[in-house]
Amino acid sequence: MKLTVWTYEGPPHVGAMRVATGMTGLHYVLHAPQGDTYADLLFTMIERRDHRPPVTFTTFQARDLGADTAHLFKDACQRAYDRFQPEAIIVGASCTAELIQDDPGGMAETMGLPVPTIPLELPSYQRKENFGADETFFQIVRTLARPAERTAQITANLIGPTGLGFRHRDDIAEVTALLSDMGISVNAVAPMTSSPSDIARLGAAHFNVLMYPETAETAARWMERELGLPYSKVVPIGVGATRDFVAEVADLAGVAPYLDDSRLRLPWYSKSVDSTYLTGKRVFLFGDGTHVKAAARIARDEMGFEVVGLGCYNREMARDIRAVAKGFGVAPLITDDYLEVERTIEELSPEMILGTQMERHIGKRLGIPCAVISAPVHVQDFPARYSPQMGIEGANVIFDTWVHPLVMGLEEHLLTMFREDFEFHDAAGPSHHGGKAAPRVEDVDGGPAPQTPREYLEPEEAADLVPASTVSVIWLPAAEKELKKIPFFVRGKARRNTETFAAERGVSEISVDTLYEAKAHYAR
Amino acid sequence: MTELPRLAETGGCRNTPILKQRGQHQVFCGLTGIIWLHRKMQDAFFLVVGSRTCAHLLQSAAGVMIFAEPRFGTAILEETDLAGLADAQEELDRVVAELLSRRPDIRQLFLVGSCPSEVIKIDLQRAAERLSETHAPHVRILNFSGSGIETTFTQGEDACLASMVPVLPQTEARELLLVGALPDVVEEQAVSLLEQMGIGPIRVLPAPRADSDLAVGKNTVFVLTQPFLGDTHAALERRGARHLPAPFPFGEEGTTAWLRVIAEEFGVDAETFDRVTAAPRARARKAVSQASEALRGKSVFFFPDSQLEIPLARFLTRECGMEAIEVGAPFIHKGVVGPDLDLLAEGPTLAEGQDVDLQLDRCRAARPDLTVCGLGLANPLEAEGLATKWAIELVFTPVHFYEQAGDLAGLFSRPVRRADLLKVEAAE
Repeated sequence: MKLTVWTYEGPPHVGAMRVATGMTGLHYVLHAPQGDTYADLLFTMIERRDHRPPVTFTTFQARDLGADTAHLFKDACQRAYDRFQPEAIIVGASCTAELIQDDPGGMAETMGLPVPTIPLELPSYQRKENFGADETFFQIVRTLARPAERTAQITANLIGPTGLGFRHRDDIAEVTALLSDMGISVNAVAPMTSSPSDIARLGAAHFNVLMYPETAETAARWMERELGLPYSKVVPIGVGATRDFVAEVADLAGVAPYLDDSRLRLPWYSKSVDSTYLTGKRVFLFGDGTHVKAAARIARDEMGFEVVGLGCYNREMARDIRAVAKGFGVAPLITDDYLEVERTIEELSPEMILGTQMERHIGKRLGIPCAVISAPVHVQDFPARYSPQMGIEGANVIFDTWVHPLVMGLEEHLLTMFREDFEFHDAAGPSHHGGKAAPRVEDVDGGPAPQTPREYLEPEEAADLVPASTVSVIWLPAAEKELKKIPFFVRGKARRNTETFAAERGVSEISVDTLYEAKAHYAR
Repeated sequence: MTELPRLAETGGCRNTPILKQRGQHQVFCGLTGIIWLHRKMQDAFFLVVGSRTCAHLLQSAAGVMIFAEPRFGTAILEETDLAGLADAQEELDRVVAELLSRRPDIRQLFLVGSCPSEVIKIDLQRAAERLSETHAPHVRILNFSGSGIETTFTQGEDACLASMVPVLPQTEARELLLVGALPDVVEEQAVSLLEQMGIGPIRVLPAPRADSDLAVGKNTVFVLTQPFLGDTHAALERRGARHLPAPFPFGEEGTTAWLRVIAEEFGVDAETFDRVTAAPRARARKAVSQASEALRGKSVFFFPDSQLEIPLARFLTRECGMEAIEVGAPFIHKGVVGPDLDLLAEGPTLAEGQDVDLQLDRCRAARPDLTVCGLGLANPLEAEGLATKWAIELVFTPVHFYEQAGDLAGLFSRPVRRADLLKVEAAE
């Protein structure tokens, strides 16, 4: 048993639902108890879909367990076929049905339905949502895709987008445009937008664009082997990655590389002087492997941040992420334990988090700005506007998204200069974020005071404090007071640097001099 | 005493034949109740023994992480637990010890059974008894099932409250017990109205903390504030307590009828009853009549969800002027909702359980002005041009008693008004 508070991924059958819901003409018959139908709301509420997911749940109850749940499954399967007339059916079990071992795949096969029925084996107690999506798409492709004559024109399949995907809807449009600029058409986008008959003719493309390794890598490898379709390895998130992607695709397609970067703004926005304040901002990255890998490169090479830590929650990408972390000289964090991620962030006290909706909450609690770069998704991750992550527009969107939570350059200076101002004080926060500015609390100067007990600090100040057990040096009152003059968004860094500096020199008490010696030491 | 509620002229629905179909259900499981119960019981932790699906449900239904570290969690079963390589009871001991050392503020721990834990028959009662011995007196450990093979949505609260009844201390005192987890503001209003009539002492199940003076015995009379508490009702009767059947306190009429049943039991005179209720009744009537303007003459169709359907159909038809086409409920417990059925005029189809596809067919054919349904169905039906009210809001929003009667009507009228308000289609 593993104690879990929040989970980054759902169970594997939710991954299968993402594949089924993205497609058309496919139906998923899922042997599952009634409570599992909650998963429909992921699609109808979070993604705001206007149709129910194409899933029939058998919704067996306790009283059925003694009797005949197999019969229940067959009935549900037959009725689903009669009502929805799908081109193909996928069948499987959720975690509870896996335990009663009814073998939905075997039963469906004996029913002699006039369409392909594809059994799914998704071990609920070992694997998770991304595996479920990857395996389901692979089984569908393996069953339905046949070698086909290549299209006369150069075409590619875009594979990986699913229902409930992080910006998949807009990434499809962006990648389609990138290819189109090089004279490459799209043969099929799958699983999202495809029907079983579209899957059958995936082999007509000249190559695959693997948009999301999380959900389609197994299928990509199979198609490479069985259908002779090579696939792209670069995921075009960020300026550098988009350029590399164009080069790779040109190579796969045998055409000249071409990128229309007339609408690309990230490089200039990043170079323009007002972005100087981004230099060396310490960022921590966490999310799914693909997005973290791309974000790390953007953070360092395109934004000028310092990556102080990174990791992913999906073990399938652990190897890639370890390699990336090595390149950045940081320790990789491969975990799906939310509390461990929180502890790591607390220890590293970055100036910004690039994470998931879960890290956004950690950031809220610790007073660290956060931008969301990856699933798990939230209703906010399905904006009405066009908002891709990939390609040219994706890079522009990422620049805006990442800068938005930060206090901007000039404002940062104003906060530093007019720290005692009633508006520009520490706790005021970025002015473009709405919310009423908290009034400054006057300091009552009552002479030397002991170190402020944690519970009397503002939450964001308390968050700056390193847990007491790790502090082996004492802040003298004057130094403590001086530290408070440093703006809140860099105070955590100043405190940590000073303590490290003191500890390295065997200094047990930090004075104002120590603080400024440390500042000089770390000056860049 | 003031006039009794009119019984439905054509006779109530108590003996109306009930449509029972067996097919796919589209409902939450009982684990969902943890989302409001953990806010209500401030020193309680809910540990689900289940799968990743359970954890994912709680997270998704909770609107994704409102609280940094909530007082609920899941002990996720892994392959080793299923293969019998790890002893479930020992594993539970370890997980509970880990949890309680992290959270010393916890005084009540509920071990919550799930579909998988029940299928593999993990004996949570034994675990709760053993762990209680280990962690008493600081922490009280109980167990109940929120599994989707046994419970539907709000039945989780029922199972939780029922699990607390056997361990309540015995009392000989004549006390009134209000049963059901209500938002604090609503609970305070109810207690205040009853106290003004001189009724007391009043206890509430669940109490906000473990160390309350809640007790039960043969002189206890209890009244339910929620219509889904059938098992708790039975457990209290086993302890000798006596149930006061009453319509549920939704709307002005429901609240008055509910209060009157209690007032009669405690011998409150008509003058006192009127003095206490007159002003809030008048306010409630006014608020409902304003908020229900958009609802008059409109039709409503209930999919089964929270088990509030029958009392709400009574409220909407009698106080808001709506016509009910179908009233579906996961279960119909006549001992609990009988008084509401008596007041609901014959006419609507009463349905228990569901075959969601067939029910959707009926709903589409009827084209009601308002459909009350779960989150999985709401947007798809909106896309078909049907105004919907998602039912989960009814258990998350203060809707009971006089002062909320207008808000309750407003919850239903807002989608109808909104449908009239929006001009977003292309010009014709």
